[in-house]
Amino acid sequence: MPLIVILGLITFLAVVLSAFAEDGRFAFHMALVAVMAGGAAIWRMRTIDFSQSAAIPLKSFRTGYMDDVIRAGLVATVFWGVVGFLVGVYIALQLAYPALNLGLPWTTFGRLRPLHTSAVVFAFGGNALIMTSFYVVQRTTGARLWNDGLAWFVFWGYQVFIVLAATGYLAGVTQSREYAEPEWYVDLWLTVVWVAYLAVFMGTLFRRKEPHIYVANWFYLAFIITIAMLHVVNNLAIPVSPLSSKSYSAFSGVQDALVQWWYGHNAVGFFLTAGFLGMMYYFVPKQANRPIYSYRLSIVHFWSLIFLYIWAGPHHLHYTALPDWAQTLGMVFSIMLWMPSWGGMINGLMTLSGAWDKLRTDPIIRMMVIAIAFYGMSTFEGPMMSIRSVNALSHYTDWTIGHVHSGALGWVGMITFGAVYFLAPRLWNRERLYSLRLVNWHFWLATIGIVIYASAMWVSGIMQGLMWREYDQEGFLVYSFVETVEAMHPYYLIRALGGALYLVGGLLMAFNVWKTIRGDVRREAPMGASPTAVPAE
Amino acid sequence: MSTVLNRHQKIEKHATLLLVLSLVVVSIGGIVEIVPLFYHQNVIEKVEGMRPYTPLELAGRNIYVREGCYLCHSQMIRPMRDEVERYGHYSLAAESMYDHPFQWGSKRTGPDLARVGGRYSDEWQVQHLIDPRSVVPGSVMPPYAHLATTALATREIAGDLAANAVVGVPYSDEMIANARADLLAQADPDADHDGLAERYGETVKVGLFDGNSTAVTEMDALVAYLQMLGTLVDFTAYEPLSEENRR
Repeated sequence: MPLIVILGLITFLAVVLSAFAEDGRFAFHMALVAVMAGGAAIWRMRTIDFSQSAAIPLKSFRTGYMDDVIRAGLVATVFWGVVGFLVGVYIALQLAYPALNLGLPWTTFGRLRPLHTSAVVFAFGGNALIMTSFYVVQRTTGARLWNDGLAWFVFWGYQVFIVLAATGYLAGVTQSREYAEPEWYVDLWLTVVWVAYLAVFMGTLFRRKEPHIYVANWFYLAFIITIAMLHVVNNLAIPVSPLSSKSYSAFSGVQDALVQWWYGHNAVGFFLTAGFLGMMYYFVPKQANRPIYSYRLSIVHFWSLIFLYIWAGPHHLHYTALPDWAQTLGMVFSIMLWMPSWGGMINGLMTLSGAWDKLRTDPIIRMMVIAIAFYGMSTFEGPMMSIRSVNALSHYTDWTIGHVHSGALGWVGMITFGAVYFLAPRLWNRERLYSLRLVNWHFWLATIGIVIYASAMWVSGIMQGLMWREYDQEGFLVYSFVETVEAMHPYYLIRALGGALYLVGGLLMAFNVWKTIRGDVRREAPMGASPTAVPAE
Repeated sequence: MSTVLNRHQKIEKHATLLLVLSLVVVSIGGIVEIVPLFYHQNVIEKVEGMRPYTPLELAGRNIYVREGCYLCHSQMIRPMRDEVERYGHYSLAAESMYDHPFQWGSKRTGPDLARVGGRYSDEWQVQHLIDPRSVVPGSVMPPYAHLATTALATREIAGDLAANAVVGVPYSDEMIANARADLLAQADPDADHDGLAERYGETVKVGLFDGNSTAVTEMDALVAYLQMLGTLVDFTAYEPLSEENRR
C-alpha cells in the first residue's frame, strides 16, 4: 500500500513538473517519469492482495462480482474528497486574507477556485458515482460487470482526466466556463472515458439475471446519458491549432450563456442529484433493512425529475440580456421542480418507517437521513431563489455559494459518506468498520460545519445584496463597492471555520477507512447503549 | 393506475428502451429553450458601434479568461436602478455577441466590469493589478504583478483570430494577415496606426498601456482589454423601445 502512495505521488509530481517545464526536453522527461510511475502504480494496484493482511478471504472470491475496481474507486473517493475540502478551506481563507494568494500566478484564487470545484464535484463526486454505480448495478442485477478491462479503463481514465484538468487550472489552461473549465483535449479524453462508462453500465444491465431493472439503476443511467449530452454540446469549441491548449467556444454571448447554464444547472441536476439519488435508492433501504417506501412514487419521481430539471438553467440568467421568455420558462420549471424533489425526499425518508429507532444506534443511517434532510432543504431553497424578485437580491452574492454548499456538503457529501461507510467493511470483507464512534464524530463535525457555513453565507449574501442597493434620503447610493467587501470579512472567517470542521470530519473518515482496510477493529462501547442499563417500567 | 404501472413494467424490463426514453425526456427542455435563440430575430439588439476585438484586446481577453477573472467579476449589468447608477447602462446582448466564450459571470466578489473601460487611467489599472491594496486598501483581489514582467506571446495571434473567424466573428482575411502588426501597433504610440484604424475604426485606443516602451507585456494586453470594455456601443443611437429591440 505505501508503494502505491509513493508511486502516485511521483506520478503527480512529474506531471506538474512537466506542465511547468521551460523547455521541451524537461517536459518530455517528466512526462516519461509520470507514465512509468503511473504504470507501475496501476500494476501494483491490480496485483496487490489485500487479503494477506488479515487472512480473511475477500468477498469477491466467493461472489464472482468484479469488486477490485470498486475498492480502488472507494480509495479514490476518500482521497479526492479530502483534497477538495482542503483546497476549499484554503481559498475560503484567501478571501479573508488575500496575502494567502502568495503573489504567485498558480496560487491565485482565480486558478484555485476551479481546482476546488472540480476536485469536489468531479473527482470526489464523480469517483463516488462511478464506484457506487458499479457496486449497485452488480448487486441488483446479479451479474458481474461487463468487461473487467474496460471497467479498469474507466477508473484510470477518469483519474487521468482529473489530473490533467487540475494541473491545467494551476497552469492557466481553462475555458473559463463555470464547472466546464477543462480545455478541448481534456474534454475529448473525458468523452472517450464516459462512452466506456456507459458501455460497461449498459453491458452489465444486458447481462442481468433479474427481469426488472431496479430503480437505482434508472437514476444512474439517466445521469450517465444526460451528462454525456451536456458535456458534448457545452464543450463544442474550435482549438487554435491541434498543438495548442487554447480553444474558442462554438457559441458566443447570449447563446453561449444559455448553453453554459443549461449545462451548469444540470451538472447539479444530473451529476449531483440524479446520480446521488441512485445512491439513495440503494444504500438507504440496505442500511435501514427496509424496502423503498413507494414503488409508484419512485416512478413518478424519476420521470418528472429528469423531465423538469433540464429546463431550469435560465434561472441563472435572470435580468440579464437573455430574452424574458426564456428567463420565465426557467423560473416556472424551477418552481415545479420542487414537487418531484420533495417526492424523492419523502420516498427516502419514509423508507425508514418502522426503523427510526436505528437513528440512535447507527450513525451511518443518521448520516443518510441528514443527507436527505439537506436535500429537501436545498431543493426548497433553490426554487425560492429562482423566483425573479428573490433572485434580484441573491444573484451575484454569497447566498448562492451558501445554497450550493448546503446541497454539496449536506446532500452529496453526507450520502457519499454513508455509502463509503456501508461499503468499506463489505468490500474488504471485514467484520465491521474500525470504529462507529468515529463515524459519529464525523457526523457531528460535518453537520455543525455545514450549519456554520450556510448561516454565514446567508447573512453575508443578503447583507451584501442589501448594501449594494441601499439609498440615503437624498437618493444617493450609501455604500461604495469596497465597503461591502470589507463588511464580509467576519463572515468569510466564520465560513472558513465551518469548512475546516467539515475537512476534519473528512480526515476522520480517511483514517477510519484506512484502519478498516487494514482489518483493525477498535474496541469501543456500542452506540446508543447507556452505561448502566435501566429496565423500562 | 394499475394499467399505467403495467405498461411501465415494459420499460423496467428493457434496458435500451429505458435509455432511449430517458434521453428523449431530457432533450425536450433544452431544445425548446436553446434552439430559438439561434433563429429568433429579436435575440440580439440592433446597435451601432460593435466591432470584433483588436488583436491586442483579444490577447488581453485571453489573459482575463486564463486567470479566471469571471469567478469574482461579472460583465452583465442588470437593469435595476442601483446597478445602472453604479456601473452604467444595463448590458445588451449585442455587447457580448463576439465573446467566445461569454464572460457574464455569476458572482461579484469584486465589482462588475462590463463598463470599466475608461473609468480609471491606464496608470491606475496597472498599479491596481500589480498591488490591488496599494490603491484600494479593503480589496481582497490577488496581485498580478507578474503580468507586467511577462512578455506577451504574439506569434500565434493570427491563429487566434482565425479560430474566432471559424466560430463566426467577422474577422476578414486582411485582419488575420495583419494581426501581429496591428497588435504591436496598438501597443506603440509612435507606430503607424492607419492600418489599425482602417480595420478596427478610429476609436481604437492606442498607447503604452503599462508605461513601459521596451516590451509588449501581458499587462499591456489586459489593460487594453479592460479599457475598451463597454465602450463600443453608441447609446445615443440606441432605441430600446423600437420594435426590433423588443424582446
